[in-house]
Amino acid sequence: MTDGTNTSIPIKMESKLSRDLARGTTYSAPFELVHKKKFNLKEGFFLTLVRTLGLTGAIILMIILAFVVYRGIQVLSWEFITQSPVESMTKGGIFPVIMGTVFLTVLCMIVVIPVGVVTAVFLAEYSKPGFILNAVNMSIYTLAGVPSVVFGLFGLSVFVVTLKFGMSLLAGSITLAIMVLPYLISTSEEAIKAVPYSFREASLACGTTKWQTIRKIVLPTALPGILTGAILGTAKVSGETAPIMFTAAAFFTPGIARSVFEPVMALPYHIYVLATAGTHIEKTRPIQYGTALTLIILVLGMNLLGIIIRRRQRAKKAW
Amino acid sequence: MIEVSISSTGLVSVVVLLLIGFFLFKEAFEIFYQAGFSKVILGGSWYPTSDPPKFGMFPLIAGTLSVTALTAVIAIPLGIATAIYVAELASFRMKEFLKPLIEMLASFPSVVLGFFGMVVIAPILSSWLSPLIADRLPEVLKNTGLPFISTYLTDFCHDRFFISSGLNMFTAALMLTVRAIPVISSIAEDALTAVPRTYREASYSLGAGQWQTIWRVVIPSAVSGISVAVILGIGAIIGETMIVLMVAGGAAVLPHWIFDAIRPMPSAIAAEMAEAPYGSLHYHALFGVGAILFVITFILSLISDFISKKYRSVRIGEKV
Repeated sequence: MTDGTNTSIPIKMESKLSRDLARGTTYSAPFELVHKKKFNLKEGFFLTLVRTLGLTGAIILMIILAFVVYRGIQVLSWEFITQSPVESMTKGGIFPVIMGTVFLTVLCMIVVIPVGVVTAVFLAEYSKPGFILNAVNMSIYTLAGVPSVVFGLFGLSVFVVTLKFGMSLLAGSITLAIMVLPYLISTSEEAIKAVPYSFREASLACGTTKWQTIRKIVLPTALPGILTGAILGTAKVSGETAPIMFTAAAFFTPGIARSVFEPVMALPYHIYVLATAGTHIEKTRPIQYGTALTLIILVLGMNLLGIIIRRRQRAKKAW
Repeated sequence: MIEVSISSTGLVSVVVLLLIGFFLFKEAFEIFYQAGFSKVILGGSWYPTSDPPKFGMFPLIAGTLSVTALTAVIAIPLGIATAIYVAELASFRMKEFLKPLIEMLASFPSVVLGFFGMVVIAPILSSWLSPLIADRLPEVLKNTGLPFISTYLTDFCHDRFFISSGLNMFTAALMLTVRAIPVISSIAEDALTAVPRTYREASYSLGAGQWQTIWRVVIPSAVSGISVAVILGIGAIIGETMIVLMVAGGAAVLPHWIFDAIRPMPSAIAAEMAEAPYGSLHYHALFGVGAILFVITFILSLISDFISKKYRSVRIGEKV
């Protein structure tokens, strides 16, 4: 992309501009094109300050990651992730704990995807501007800001006590599902709205009904976007502790759960309990590091998967 | 038929929100009814297991407010700086690297942040920073013999920076900052990116520098989005449970200084729910705490929704 014809711009600038154009970035500040760089004390100070402060979050993440990986990698082994804990958690592995989190996450996805997608279809295709649409949008927005521990209280009051599920896999995953719901609805709605209108028109022109168009054309086209949202959303909640604390998590269960009405051990809760409430806090330290590393691998792995799928999807998009 | 069923499913979020409110207030009603609303909110002592139990939530509320304020002071500048860096200054490559990283930080398990605070930050504070500032520094200052410094400042360092336990409000605020940065920066970055390019170009053409443009043009035109980011960031700090549960110290007393141990509202719920028998007054009191928390975040959401709705209409047509 160096066949630019505008010769009034210096060569170096032109190559940078055309590179950015080729990448499709919004070239927001063509600063160098307008300005000759002149050193200015105030400018330099504030720009450096923002650059330094702006990197803090990333640096902190790296430090924490490096620490947990460094300590955790010494514990992580095949035995650690495939064996059950023994001798009151001081030895052995965390297999049932991993399985507990996996069950919670999968069940949460199964519960939330249908509800979230249908709501998104309603918002994107069927809703008319007015009171109901405002109420739905408002509630999604508010739901996203509700503290996780309040979801835990809600789950306790409704699923554990009122519906008599008890402390169980089912109660925990429905609670988690409610937590992901706002995120999934908004990402799915975005994915559905990104399907070009011409697709719908082409389908409708063939004589299909609105529902057929949605089911056969819109949803399949939007599916990757919806799945990305679901993966990113569940990644977020699979590391949550507070919502499952009163609804699903147990300090110890013998083996993995056999039905959805049994309590489970879960990675985040396991870290919390071992680090604060156990009788052998120092003795179980290695296990805590190992569990933390496993949880991070699980959560950030899912996150990375979602981000990669999304990026591929954007690059591949032909319309 | 299909339309009706889809539309009714579409209302599920409204129903869920109403149910959350209903069940919280249903369970919380008991404590406010029996002990009196103002006594519960303003009562100064939280001894839920003593005999007779005392359910004054003011220490918990004060704990939440103080730790939130301290975190906000640290996290808001950092979050906004991150947003400015990503939206205005970073190169393409850096942006491609930072944005996913911040997104990952947003879904980083908070229990691991709490754990990190417990095993790393707390020991650093109590066994390294505290001796350094509370013991060594006063000695050095005393030897200088200067009138003000050798007396007041020495006493100040000695009294104020003696940290008996690393699990306190300050450690909690540091870890909560990590939680709040991605929330603030991602929303603020959207707001900054939405500022039309022509604004910047106009500013440059008038001879303004890059920082001048950011400070005088870009930030003022994105101020509504940035304030939404700040409000939602504060909401996230208030509701964050695991970090304060693990590193805030857990003492339900009024805090006097940043190195005091506190027990913010979410940590009280999480720590005591397991030992509160179902249906007891303690159980209802914890739901009362949850209801207050719910109301606070609900109001914050309403304010930010109002701000973003009010200013969105101005934006349309301006974006180039």
